[in-house]
Amino acid sequence: MSQGEIKNQHRERYAFQLRIIAAALFVLSLFALLFSRFFWLQAVQHEKYMTLAEQNRISLVPIPPSRGIIRDRNGVVLAHNFSAYTLEITPSKQTDLEETIEQLSSIIEITAKDKRRFKKLRDETRDFETLPIRTRLSDEEVARFAANSYRFPGVEIKARLFRHYPLGEIASHLIGYIGRINTKDLEQLDEDGVAANYRGTDHLGKIGIEQSYEQQLHGKTGFEEVEIDSGGRAVRTLRRTPPVPGSDLTLSIDIKLQKVVEDLFDKRRGSLVAIDPKTGGLLAMVSKPGFDPNLFVDGIDPLNWNELNTSPDKPLLNRATRGEYPPGSTFKPFMALAALEGDFPLTRQTISDPGYFIYGNNKFRDSHAGGYGSMSFDRSIVVSSDTYFYQLAVQMGIDNIAKFMATLDFGNQTGVDLNGERPGILPSPEWKKKRFKTPATQKWYSGETVSVGIGQGYNSYTPMQMAHATATLANRGVMFRPHAVGKIIDPITGTIKVVEPQPVKTMTWQSKNVERVIRGMEGVIREGTGARSFAGANYLAAGKTGTAQVYSLKGSKYNKNISERLRDHSWFIVFAPAENPTIALAVIVENGGFGAQAAAPIARQALDYYINGKLPALPKATASSVPQAASAAEEAVGD
Amino acid sequence: MIKHLWDRLIRPIDPWLLLFTTLVLILSTILLFSASNRDLDMIINKITFMCIALTVMWLVANTSQQTLIRLAVPAYVVGLLLLIAVALFGDISHGARRWLHIGVTKIQPSELMKLALPMMLAWYFHHFETSIRWKHYLFAAILMIVPVGLIMKQPDLGTSLLIASSGFYVLFFAGLSWKFIGLLGALGGGLAYVVTHWNSCINILHEYQCRRVATMLDPMQDPLGAGYHIIQGTIAIGSGGIFGKGWLNGTQTHLDFIPERTTDFIFAVFGEEFGLLGNAILLILYLLLIGRGLIIANNASTLFGRLLAGAITLTFFTYAFVNMGMVSGILPVVGIPLPLVSYGGTSMVSLLTGFGLLMSVQGDRKLMKS
Repeated sequence: MSQGEIKNQHRERYAFQLRIIAAALFVLSLFALLFSRFFWLQAVQHEKYMTLAEQNRISLVPIPPSRGIIRDRNGVVLAHNFSAYTLEITPSKQTDLEETIEQLSSIIEITAKDKRRFKKLRDETRDFETLPIRTRLSDEEVARFAANSYRFPGVEIKARLFRHYPLGEIASHLIGYIGRINTKDLEQLDEDGVAANYRGTDHLGKIGIEQSYEQQLHGKTGFEEVEIDSGGRAVRTLRRTPPVPGSDLTLSIDIKLQKVVEDLFDKRRGSLVAIDPKTGGLLAMVSKPGFDPNLFVDGIDPLNWNELNTSPDKPLLNRATRGEYPPGSTFKPFMALAALEGDFPLTRQTISDPGYFIYGNNKFRDSHAGGYGSMSFDRSIVVSSDTYFYQLAVQMGIDNIAKFMATLDFGNQTGVDLNGERPGILPSPEWKKKRFKTPATQKWYSGETVSVGIGQGYNSYTPMQMAHATATLANRGVMFRPHAVGKIIDPITGTIKVVEPQPVKTMTWQSKNVERVIRGMEGVIREGTGARSFAGANYLAAGKTGTAQVYSLKGSKYNKNISERLRDHSWFIVFAPAENPTIALAVIVENGGFGAQAAAPIARQALDYYINGKLPALPKATASSVPQAASAAEEAVGD
Repeated sequence: MIKHLWDRLIRPIDPWLLLFTTLVLILSTILLFSASNRDLDMIINKITFMCIALTVMWLVANTSQQTLIRLAVPAYVVGLLLLIAVALFGDISHGARRWLHIGVTKIQPSELMKLALPMMLAWYFHHFETSIRWKHYLFAAILMIVPVGLIMKQPDLGTSLLIASSGFYVLFFAGLSWKFIGLLGALGGGLAYVVTHWNSCINILHEYQCRRVATMLDPMQDPLGAGYHIIQGTIAIGSGGIFGKGWLNGTQTHLDFIPERTTDFIFAVFGEEFGLLGNAILLILYLLLIGRGLIIANNASTLFGRLLAGAITLTFFTYAFVNMGMVSGILPVVGIPLPLVSYGGTSMVSLLTGFGLLMSVQGDRKLMKS
């Protein structure tokens, strides 16, 4: 080793030491950079990241409340819940939905109906929701799917509460049904500010009690604060706010009466509304034909939907609150009362009844051809003299009629606790002005008043309105708001909130006037158009038949061979017992002909059932189907 | 006799390196228990690998420098051949061709190259010790670029960059001119700029690599995709605060928000549960290890020893820095484990083999003194 080499080595060692020092500085500076990054994250920005971490790990999982149960006045369950498994698909998680469904059907039976229903649900909802493709799986099906579930991402089995209507079609319009929340419902819920309370809930009431008492039936959604992992899977529960179950409802409806009436209607179309006049509580609310509300619960099959929707019988129409019909002669007792209250001279006179009334250039025909000769006020109700009421209407004038009828909620909603009630039409010059566009059509012609007097013309009311007015009359002017729900029961505390039967108003009618009208209606039952139907009744009822013209006959004689759908509607209003009524009702049988033919027998049997607890022993023919030919006696007294 | 055995078997072990390594390993075992959600099988596995790795370290520490010098070229050649074999018939897993089947097991040749390349380059400069010219640096660069290129093709950006840096460290310690280093730095910066600001960076890097860089600059661009790791990592670390949430109490960790939380992202668990204080302790332990490595390099008796020890030490540092930098969101996500802490046997064995090499270098010096 030479000197030079050693010197060289020394220089190299020195150079290397410099490099080591440089490396050490490099290491130190980069570690200092790391430390300052840690300091920034963990000391300076700690709060921010703490919040982010909290948000990351806590998720609120809604716990839907169980829906309240609906019972009738005697505790019969009309709507309840049961738990069942459903097979649900999240469409947004599927690459090929058709293929997934195809694959699924090799494991679990999926019918064409299920597929149609699923498609309809998809059209109505947002894609990221999970939708049931099959409901009410058997345990075996659940097990079969569980073994294959790994093949189906985005498909799951859920235990859900289902709504069930054990009575099926009975009272379907009244009870209504629940259906899946669709986009439109969601908007509404948002608008009402209750959307949050519906998180985790798939269904809400669509019609009937289910809809109008949605708020009470639904309850309050609970929440579970759960720790979740990045995949959204719940790891453990931190806190739980239990849901508040929906309130149970007890209806004022007597479901046995309801069923009796529905059976009486059989295949015929129409409606019956029975009210307890002392409270306004509905005892029955029939709209025939009905439908099976259970069809709607898991989303209705489009085929069923089409059938219901396009049927000429309109089974989805709630005739009780939305069916508007001219009241016909059932309007007369109210006309009579209005005349008495207005002290119009005709009420004190006896007129000559030739079987028609000439007003201006028009001849108004009486349904009792030939007339009765002389006709008094009291008699006119019993025999339903059109001629008398034509003249009465002219004497009173349309304004007086409209003013009085408005106090009975004719032309206005009764305020029954069901949504979508129609107001009907109470004709008046004001109404006509609003209703029509051109000055010629807006003008009220005095001849139009004549028809109004016998419940024809523009007159158009719902069975609910007719029953409501009848109940008010039966109650001698004390008016209650009709309501279907009697009690709202908190399922936890058991607190019962009674829907208080507070009178809406009390009419200023003179008692003698009311009693005089009611005597006339008793006469209808005793000897008039209702006599045949009420033969042998052990109570005294007060009623009035009515016939609503569907097709104007223009003076020609009533033709029995006329097409069934063009036949007159058969009306009957009644309350009983007349002195101290416990029930008031209105019945309409569409195209049933004379009121005495179809509607009165139904009313009789409903009253017997309600008052005596059993049906009357009547000949079968009168009890159910439409008699082909009206008896001579009935023809003699008109409708 | 006992003295002889002591000299032969125990004395080569550097007590400082062993102490710091053991401390990090104990810390990492405690951490793994939490990161794995108390998976005892993983703990047992880790301890098994620790024993194997420590044994390998001990064996290497007992190997003389002369033997290491003789092994340098064959190790490099074998490593290179294996890399070529991988490129031709390697197993594809997770979209990358990194593994080679040998009988019953499969190996990752890039792991071997991590040590073989610095050994080879140290041997090369050692060979021309007295007359190092610029052409030697050029040839060294070629020796370096071939394996790095092969690994980058697999693709495995992280490992290739690490191996490239280990080669570069040898060049650095061998006296690569400061001017050239400055030039390289400028080039590197320019390349980084191009990669991050020029859309067609796909031509240079794989698409996913581009995405990682772009995502690192703005993780919110892809919060559920590539940015997810960075966001969750920084949230975990940041939410740890100064003292941490405590062992086993990291919510981010235990709720599965941290991906690869026992391997590449284990530092997020550490930062969350032990906080800034824990991070500082880990940094200090790493600094002590690196410092000891640099001292060994400085005191090494041969150029081979100096270069090898210096390169291994700085490579170890690079591991630590890149991993912590990536988990805390200042570097793009590359698949590099946190040295001695991440779960994974191969990485631990190769790291402790590196420490064995350091000890061997140190041991030779002791022998020379005595």
